[in-house]
Amino acid sequence: MAMLVSTTINGDATDFSCEADETLLDALRNRLSMTGVKEGCGTGDCGACSITLDGALVCSCLVLGAEAQGRSIETVEGMSDGEKLHPLQQKFLEHAALQCGICTPGFLVAAKVLLEKNPNPTESEIRYALAGNLCRCTGYDKIVRAVQDAAAQMRRA
Amino acid sequence: MYEFSYHKAASLKDALDTLQSADDGKLLAGGMTLLPTMKQRLAAPDQLIDLAGVKELAGIEKHDNHVVIGAMTRHAEVASSELIESTIPALAALAELIGDPQVRNRGTLGGSVANSDPAADYPAAVVGLGATVITDNRSIEADEFFVDMFETELEEHEIITSISFPIPDTAAYMKFPNPASRYAVAGVFVARFGSTVRVAVTGAGGSVFRQDAMEKALEADFSPAALEGIVVSADGLNEDIHASAEYRAHLVGVMAKRAVAACLEI
Repeated sequence: MAMLVSTTINGDATDFSCEADETLLDALRNRLSMTGVKEGCGTGDCGACSITLDGALVCSCLVLGAEAQGRSIETVEGMSDGEKLHPLQQKFLEHAALQCGICTPGFLVAAKVLLEKNPNPTESEIRYALAGNLCRCTGYDKIVRAVQDAAAQMRRA
Repeated sequence: MYEFSYHKAASLKDALDTLQSADDGKLLAGGMTLLPTMKQRLAAPDQLIDLAGVKELAGIEKHDNHVVIGAMTRHAEVASSELIESTIPALAALAELIGDPQVRNRGTLGGSVANSDPAADYPAAVVGLGATVITDNRSIEADEFFVDMFETELEEHEIITSISFPIPDTAAYMKFPNPASRYAVAGVFVARFGSTVRVAVTGAGGSVFRQDAMEKALEADFSPAALEGIVVSADGLNEDIHASAEYRAHLVGVMAKRAVAACLEI
């Protein structure tokens, strides 16, 4: 039996219907065509489906769509200001911190959460905060450098 | 996942009533184990009962010499709680080392303890501190609670409401994490209450267990040196692709010494 779920997604009031056994990841992709969020493992290990739920970083593959009722969701689609990329997105491009790109939306959302709490993280703090996001092609070094550079730019802004 | 119904419980009573009336109801606490298990079709409940809105299961409070933590408290909340940091910092530190941020933001104390994963971190704190698991109808001492791998004293329709942790004089938890999952390959929680010492081991065996020989040695001399010469038997310890039973036995000794050193800040 389909349920109607009312949420706020990237600042906009958004309703969707979903089945009880549908994950929030599937609802975002299939019901709302928000395909920025990716499915990697589907079991909470890889972090490709990372979003924030009321500000907390979570794997959307392990959240039921029904659980999102009344909650506020942010995804990678909400990061840029129109055509103007978020500093993290810009720095990921400049540092070539991605290859295939499947993990990138999750990394961006996770890094954004980190920088909102800690504008000047150490390398260890960045690696700790991104520990739930796996990349199987770029390696982590360029990702860490991109986050450091974005943090520096955001501190100057 | 196989088809199921979803119900968001409004109260503890609503959760219990729904659980009792379902053929095979399961409680959704954090879902960090339950949902992957259902996705792999290793579990097929017909009814999921979401506990996220149940007020009776929330909150962190100090009562005399205990800290009482609601069952639905997320690991991230334990890790960042000023009350826990100022009373049982070892517990906040343990929570900070569970999994990754995504897991800590969803996983709950009650869910972890009820699941009784042999490599979970919380069972070491529950047994190491001699905590009391409080359910909707009774209190269960830590030493009685954990039975075996994924098996506890909980009845089928019983819900953990909170866990009451006695505040120790000093405590520390040290684990050797699996580098990918950060589950404990072996983890040791050491706590001292006056002249009494408790040592609880997770990750190494089928379920959390106490180390009597270490406790006695530390009660006589609370120092890492007191543990020299105590041989941890590999009999019955876990053996898998990550570590042999002998290696785990060795790690228990190393982690115990490190935990005592951390208690003494040396």
